[in-house]
Amino acid sequence: MSRPDETSAFEQFLRASGFDPKRWKHGAIPPGHSGFVGMRYRDHGDKWVELEFDWREDLVGDPETGVIASGPIISLLDNATSMSVWATHKQFLPQVTLDLRIDYTRAAVPHRPIIARAECYQLRRSMAFVRGIAHDGDPDDPVAHAAGVFILVEPQEWAKA
Amino acid sequence: MTYIDLPPYAQAMGMEIDGHEDGIPIIAMDFADRVTGRPGYLHGGAIGGLLEMAGFAALHAELDRQGLDVRIKPVNINIEFLRGGIEQRTFAKGTVVRSGRRIANVRIEAWQGDASRPLAACWMNFQLSPKETPKL
Repeated sequence: MSRPDETSAFEQFLRASGFDPKRWKHGAIPPGHSGFVGMRYRDHGDKWVELEFDWREDLVGDPETGVIASGPIISLLDNATSMSVWATHKQFLPQVTLDLRIDYTRAAVPHRPIIARAECYQLRRSMAFVRGIAHDGDPDDPVAHAAGVFILVEPQEWAKA
Repeated sequence: MTYIDLPPYAQAMGMEIDGHEDGIPIIAMDFADRVTGRPGYLHGGAIGGLLEMAGFAALHAELDRQGLDVRIKPVNINIEFLRGGIEQRTFAKGTVVRSGRRIANVRIEAWQGDASRPLAACWMNFQLSPKETPKL
């Protein structure tokens, strides 16, 4: 299942000089998983990025309570931490997630958007160390905390043309 | 053998119960744009979501086997990404390492094609608590 045209458009965006998180919307055409979750850019700084997505019925994990599944929260934190590396480096770097740990500190309130704020706290030659939180309105009362490591890889290892 | 309804998120992601092994459900997910991360590969979050679903399913099966009807809440998860997920159907299955009165510890692996070559592995800890008695 090869989509060379879309891939090259995506790669052009990623390889454009510098990295501007504001230009990111779902990253790719077709929208991919981040598009399915409905992720949006929210804000960013020198070493951090904020992304968000809206509560949606088909993202619910517990139909009895309407609480969002944790899967989309993992995805949001994976994207936000990954983009925080690019924000820190001021450029796209081909990288893959080595590991990601998430502590679920409380259930998210149904119908509220989920916001992730992630930062790259150490950028090494071959590794990037990241952490972040996800919250549903109050950053001082997160629904999840994340810590992870990205490994930088060769561009040809990163994506299939 | 346990039959559970997968939640809306899992269904929207195309996850389904593929079969059972020793009474534990194997959860499968087909490759599609909605699970794609970097071009040509599964998104790490989609892999995480699949692992979690397999973890829940394995714990449900174990609690059922013990005849327990308790509320379960995930406390945390740690995912190791071992190799890139390619454009294939992905499977995941959990193993309940310990299920006590308050906490259950579950290991989960995901693979494509060859179960002895996992693409991701994780542990999850769950909090177990009695279900609230329904108000009359």
